[in-house]
Amino acid sequence: MNEITITHILFVSTALFFIGMYGLFTRRNMITMLMAVELILNSVNINFVAFNKYLYPGKLDGVFFTIFVITIAAAEAAVAIAIIINLYRSHNSIDVDDASELKY
Amino acid sequence: MNHYSYIALVPLLPLATFLVLGLFGRKYVKTFSGTIGTASLLASAVLSLYTAYNYFFIDGKVNGVFQKIIALKYTWLQFSPNVSIDMGIILDPISVMMIVVVTFVSLMVHVFSLGYMKGEERFATYYAFLSLFTFSMLGLVLASNIFQIYMFWELVGVSSFLLIGYYFEKPSAVAAAKKAFIVTRFADLGFLIGILILAFYSGTLDFGVLIERLTATQSSQYISITSASFLGASMLTWGLTLVFIGGAGKSAMFPLHIWLPDAMEGPTPVSALIHAATMVVAGVYLVARLFPVFSIDVTALQIVTYVGAFSALLAAVIACTQTDIKRVLAYSTMSQIGYMMFALGVSKYGGENGLGYMASMFHLFTHAFFKSLLFLGAGAVIHLVHSNEMKDMGGLRKLMPITHITFLIACLAIAGIPPFSGFFSKEEILLAAYQSNLLVYGLAVFTSGLTAFYMFRLYYSIFWSREAHVHDTHHGEGTFSMKLPLIILGACALMAGFVPIASMVTSDGSALETHIDIKFSALPVIMAVLGIAMATYLYKVKSERAVTVAEGFGGLYNAALKKFYIDEIYLFVTKKIIFNLIGRPAAWIDKNIVDGFMNLLATTTGKISELIKGFQSGKVQNYALYFFGGILGLAVLFIYLWN
Amino acid sequence: MNASVIIFYLISAFILATGIMAVTNRKIFRSAIALLFSLTGIAGLYFWMDVNFIAAVQIIVYVGGIVVLIIFSIFLTQRSGEEMPKPHMTRTVFSVLAVLAGLGLTCNLIYQYGFNSASNLPSTFSADVADIGTQMLSTTEHGFVLPFELVSMLLLAALIGCIVIAMKVKQEEK
Repeated sequence: MNEITITHILFVSTALFFIGMYGLFTRRNMITMLMAVELILNSVNINFVAFNKYLYPGKLDGVFFTIFVITIAAAEAAVAIAIIINLYRSHNSIDVDDASELKY
Repeated sequence: MNHYSYIALVPLLPLATFLVLGLFGRKYVKTFSGTIGTASLLASAVLSLYTAYNYFFIDGKVNGVFQKIIALKYTWLQFSPNVSIDMGIILDPISVMMIVVVTFVSLMVHVFSLGYMKGEERFATYYAFLSLFTFSMLGLVLASNIFQIYMFWELVGVSSFLLIGYYFEKPSAVAAAKKAFIVTRFADLGFLIGILILAFYSGTLDFGVLIERLTATQSSQYISITSASFLGASMLTWGLTLVFIGGAGKSAMFPLHIWLPDAMEGPTPVSALIHAATMVVAGVYLVARLFPVFSIDVTALQIVTYVGAFSALLAAVIACTQTDIKRVLAYSTMSQIGYMMFALGVSKYGGENGLGYMASMFHLFTHAFFKSLLFLGAGAVIHLVHSNEMKDMGGLRKLMPITHITFLIACLAIAGIPPFSGFFSKEEILLAAYQSNLLVYGLAVFTSGLTAFYMFRLYYSIFWSREAHVHDTHHGEGTFSMKLPLIILGACALMAGFVPIASMVTSDGSALETHIDIKFSALPVIMAVLGIAMATYLYKVKSERAVTVAEGFGGLYNAALKKFYIDEIYLFVTKKIIFNLIGRPAAWIDKNIVDGFMNLLATTTGKISELIKGFQSGKVQNYALYFFGGILGLAVLFIYLWN
Repeated sequence: MNASVIIFYLISAFILATGIMAVTNRKIFRSAIALLFSLTGIAGLYFWMDVNFIAAVQIIVYVGGIVVLIIFSIFLTQRSGEEMPKPHMTRTVFSVLAVLAGLGLTCNLIYQYGFNSASNLPSTFSADVADIGTQMLSTTEHGFVLPFELVSMLLLAALIGCIVIAMKVKQEEK
């Protein structure tokens, strides 16, 4: 492979995405689930930038999207932490399997 | 719609009374229910008499032949362009005669019940049921469509069930009501199959069209019904015999007669209405309605004849031994209806040959009066003595003079002594039998002797025989409302023989000439007088003579006392055979297989739901996993497998 | 095989390895630090792709903000030294299967699509900060001022929301 094509970058971002998914399915701690979500968001950012750079080099739309995604991810992480803290206060645990009130 | 359409009021007035009394009777109008019922029935009776007057004397005749008039017709259920169930009212000689008989007797029973049933808790319900019965019976006789008659037939059965089981606290009454309903329902199965056969081959359900098609020997329907055969008899015979089976059930012919004696558990006025004058003649009416078709099928007519004759004889023999006065009257009814049946059986259609038909209808007319009079009289006696058994009675002629005289009139009428009404009608029947079938004639004459014997045995046991020892005579013979119907019916039993039925009710509508042949009538009258003499000898004064005679008959007496063990045979067949061989396995299948299958479905569903329940665990990550798995599956499906 | 390619492979391997560590490590603190390294690796990837501004934003916001926030919340909510419980075996197995299946499917799709861009274009791509800034606030056709304003409102909402959710309710009795 003499050139890095967009396909390589997409492979990386896909792998990162699925690593994040695995973390989302497997981790029992809510904070570690949040960390996995951040990985997913980052993989999406890599995708945006890669598409912008390789397919539409005249425009800057992908870059802007990435900026906005980062911003919103930050806001979302903050809100998620607030919720986790609230849940911790009521259940006294951040194990996600303990918050199963919606079972049958 | 012609000017007879007011006749719709005749059955509808009792129906309205039934609804009003049934819905509001118990709470609001309890003491007036009797008056309301009687008043509405009085109106019905007046309308019926007016219709009869109009029909018979003013405009029923065309060229000297009474016409069948369809007063009202309404298509209710259309099965196909040719076959439909219409609700209609037909006016022809027998239906007009029947509405007069039914409303009149019902009116007498209503008036009598005002006194007899006074103080009953469920007074309003009684009158409601009586009105329902009257409505059903009127609907039955006015029906113009064979399915309509079947519907009213069933309604009559239901009303009779309600009335027989009126004293529902008594288990014997409940059992009797059930027995009546089941036996007649079983017979109605035959009736329904007969209807279907006749309707199938003739392509119509309307009486007029059906008779027309099946009696025209050239028509395609007649040819098809007589050429198709099953087990050696043509379908016409099968259809008519099955219809007759239905009629035999309602009219208590052998072997479907078992319900009639037990039906005496109901109140006595009910017995007077239902089991004397109206419901039990429904079978005779049915055969008369279909008579043109019956008359062309020799086998069916012979079955009618022999069943009727045998029932008459059997009932007369049994009645000689019974000690419950109502049961004697019940068997007497069965015997007289047997007379009516075989009179139809020996008749032919048209003109002079239709003598049996006319005789049967004449006897129906007179029998209604004297039989209901007998029952009402028995009711008055039972009201005084508080018992049904002959041994508790005796010498009542001084205590109940009016009942005594009217009962005597009725007994003379039923025995066939001139100039009472029964003589004329019986004479016509015997003449018709003599002209066709000598065996039946012989049986009929012997039975009329027996009839006189057992009726006077009854009369003497109640009113003579010994000194009365009735303890409480505080309510005497009964109120005026109980005596008035007896007097009126007594007058009718005297005079009804002189009504010129022969010129009005005949098989084809044209008038018949009748005259009294002294030489012919002598034999039955002599038999009747002999019977009365024998009864006087044995029963007028209480003695051991009756017991000696009974012992002389030995086994025959015992068998007759036990009603020839017919009930025991029925019980054996139903309990040992039907219940064990059919009932129990059917119940087992129902409980284990049918219910078991349903339970199996339910438990399986429960178990599956237990399994599926685990999917809603409340754990978010499981949900995420299912979600993602679904997306993967769909993605694979749409990307790779779609085309 | 020039340096650019090798550097790319190194950075990618670093990102993926630390990412795997972040999602599998039993100690929560180590998992957070692995996340930190992974995000830094991604910033490195951005640098390699010549989008310097994004790389800077990534480091400032993600690494310096979000990971710190996560570490704070770890402190707030649990005894961070202990090991976290392992997930159930069935869940691990199914997750691995699902993830590998998904990965296989997506990689297959990407490979089959065959982007036609591979060769020449990277040289005409420029993401200068000045260009980004101008375009962000311009109201003409490719301007992003509207999303910019909306995002600012969203941040306000998130700020207020966080405060409200996480606020301790003051006890009334004193």
